[in-house]
Amino acid sequence: MNDVSATAGIVACDDGRGGTALPVLESDGPLALRRTRASGSEAHVMLVGAMSGPHGGDRLAVRAEVRRGARLRVGSAAATIALPGQIKGEARYDVRLDVADGGELHWLPEQLISAGGSELYVTTRVDLAGTARLVLREEQVLGRVGEQPGRLTSRLTVRIDGRVLLDQELACGPDAPGGWDGPAVLAGHRAVGQLVIVRPEFAVEPVAARMMGEQAVLVPLAGPGALVTAVAADALRLRQVLDGVLAELD
Amino acid sequence: MSRSALLVLADGRFPAGGHAHSGGAEAAVRAGRITGAASLEDFARGRLHTAGLVSASLAAAAALGVDPSALDAAADARTPSPALRAVARRLGRQLMRAARATWPSPELDAVAAEFPKGMHQPVVLGLLARAAGLGAVDAAYCAAYESVGGPATATVRLLSLDPFDATAVLARLAPELDRVADRAVEAARRVLDDGVEALPAASAPLLEIDAEAHAAWPARLFAS
Repeated sequence: MNDVSATAGIVACDDGRGGTALPVLESDGPLALRRTRASGSEAHVMLVGAMSGPHGGDRLAVRAEVRRGARLRVGSAAATIALPGQIKGEARYDVRLDVADGGELHWLPEQLISAGGSELYVTTRVDLAGTARLVLREEQVLGRVGEQPGRLTSRLTVRIDGRVLLDQELACGPDAPGGWDGPAVLAGHRAVGQLVIVRPEFAVEPVAARMMGEQAVLVPLAGPGALVTAVAADALRLRQVLDGVLAELD
Repeated sequence: MSRSALLVLADGRFPAGGHAHSGGAEAAVRAGRITGAASLEDFARGRLHTAGLVSASLAAAAALGVDPSALDAAADARTPSPALRAVARRLGRQLMRAARATWPSPELDAVAAEFPKGMHQPVVLGLLARAAGLGAVDAAYCAAYESVGGPATATVRLLSLDPFDATAVLARLAPELDRVADRAVEAARRVLDDGVEALPAASAPLLEIDAEAHAAWPARLFAS
């Protein structure tokens, strides 16, 4: 199989009748997008993997643009599984999200699973206008059940009006810088996740930092955002923690 | 560069308050994740390649003359834990006081006046290196070494670990410290062309989580 290069795109805009229209909904290769039933003014899109992957060497990208006053929720139908390719080489998965003033994006994909022998570099870059709102969940699972993980590096950058609010990179698996599975970084936990919430009102009234159990924490960022960082033994327990916080803040 | 100035700056007795901090080791000891020399080494290695690399890059970039306020904002974005941001600024203020007394310079005075609440400690460290006539490599080494030296010294007190064993951990990490310092300087040079987003953003989820838990303890031996 040859390496795959694909870019899927979504544009959401205010339809002028209290709802959100999707003038662009472009699937590409293994990245298929489906519009699902809207709720209120919010359009819903499901990312459906038409095949498992990315494999080594693939270049996948998703771009979503939420225009002024539009509301978009994006989920995925199943976990994304990074797999080794026929040829050795790193796969890339780049997510670029833009939200204009008054827009709101809920980016809630399923887990990214790093299968043994895979090599993937994921970047998620979010650019928000000053009054945009965001809920973004990112979960990584290191290896399928009973399997050693592949090499996974994931960078998450969130900017508001061009100013960086959050910039975090996690590298794990074989050949990652030493200590990634040790007591300072993951200590044997096989699921790790972040939930980023940006709301203009957090600038005035930030969340209070607090522990959410022993292995998760909710913190105010240095700007109008909040972050949950969590590690867990497995994907299910990680999701329970993140869902709990989300329900509480909604 | 003056090798003697580097020794003064890197000396654990340099009066900048670092001895009151364990770099996350106290929380890791309490959680049972550091129990002796082997797990201390694993902890220190993880911290070196995450928080240590970021600190070393910030220090190197400040030493090269990159705008300190841009570096301070980049440090904030790479430090989600408010407890760790507060610690970094407190240590930055303490280091600034020591710096202005030891290597007085108009640049340090100007930065101190412009940022009365203090800046992240590695940024001040880089400015201090400049004032002391040191280079980006020296600043990176100081920051990288501090990122592991602090936890090692703290663990001696927390676990009554044999100081010989703790120091042997640092000696074994020396080749990796060299690589981290090199990477930090490379990244800092890229910042000159590409801006602060070229700085590494390596993160350690448990250091962030534990820092908040630790800050809420009613009694503790170390401030962080």
